[in-house]
Amino acid sequence: MSGEIGEAGGEAEPGETEKVAGGGGHTTEILRIVSSLGRQYTPKVYISADTDHISQDKIKELENSITQKDRYEIVTIPRSREVNQSWMSTVLSTFYACVYAIPVLLTHRPDVVLCNGPGTCIPICGAAFLLKVLYVKRTRIIFVESICRVKTLSLSGKMLYYFADELLVQWPSLLDLYGRCRYIGRLV
Amino acid sequence: MAASSSKSKSVFVTVGTTCFDRLIMTVITPDFCKVLHSIGYDKVVLQAGRGIFDSDVKMVEGLQLEYYRFKNSIADDIGSADLVISHAGAGTVLETLDAGKPLIVVINEELMGNHQLELAEQLYTNGHLFYATCSTLVTTLQSMNMENLKPFPRGEPSKFATFLDKLLGFS
Repeated sequence: MSGEIGEAGGEAEPGETEKVAGGGGHTTEILRIVSSLGRQYTPKVYISADTDHISQDKIKELENSITQKDRYEIVTIPRSREVNQSWMSTVLSTFYACVYAIPVLLTHRPDVVLCNGPGTCIPICGAAFLLKVLYVKRTRIIFVESICRVKTLSLSGKMLYYFADELLVQWPSLLDLYGRCRYIGRLV
Repeated sequence: MAASSSKSKSVFVTVGTTCFDRLIMTVITPDFCKVLHSIGYDKVVLQAGRGIFDSDVKMVEGLQLEYYRFKNSIADDIGSADLVISHAGAGTVLETLDAGKPLIVVINEELMGNHQLELAEQLYTNGHLFYATCSTLVTTLQSMNMENLKPFPRGEPSKFATFLDKLLGFS
């Protein structure tokens, strides 16, 4: 298996992609997707919730398994929502996480933000969207919905519905309900 | 199915990190074990998760039972099983189908409305797995024909790479 798809022909600028790692199955899913990307997507910056050590270990495992070592970095931000956290305190902690996310995006200025899950996804995308509206950096926000979602979008998917540049789903049945989504096949 | 009769066949029952004692209790009933034994199985490995279930029964109706609560990876247990009986958790379901093992997903009716069911239901509709509740598990076991199950190939992450290359003008 090779991730070397379409070598950047010298002219295209190397894209810096930020991956947003959620917890558990979401991390596994996004890392499978990331592992297929070619070397033009370097350096990579992974963003993970500070408490999510399992995801951080999985990222290191993936990057260490790549034979041609690329530059990568893991940045942690506060988690926007713990499981079972109340709605009101979620709003506050998400806002707090957004404030953390802005300098991260200003430092790395990615061309693409790729995300798929809960946790850190919303603050990073919120910050990316803000910088885009302020003409600071044109970052493409790409959300990939989990394979678990067959009939309805996840909360993150719904929240990003009008903010993301692309929303990819892994079951075509979702297209009936959510016209902005795109189905390019099952990815994981 | 034409299983080689000399090889002993085993079932792996897994509830992940959930609490699903009812499934574990169902699997160790003499009724259930009798049916399993009659269709050629002689061993059951149970991953019991967070439930309060605790037992030192090692043998029911000619079936050898093994228990544990958690392991870092259940890949080996899936790999050595001839049939997997699992809760509806997406991770376990996908891992089992990836390994090409026949699977019965048992719905925990106490967790209805859980979005994880969406995936298991769809995979059942598309013929990739069997679907039961604790009360219909025995009937499912008796009536299922594993040869009717369709393989569920892994998705293709490379499609995403192609998509992104095109979007960013790399290709």
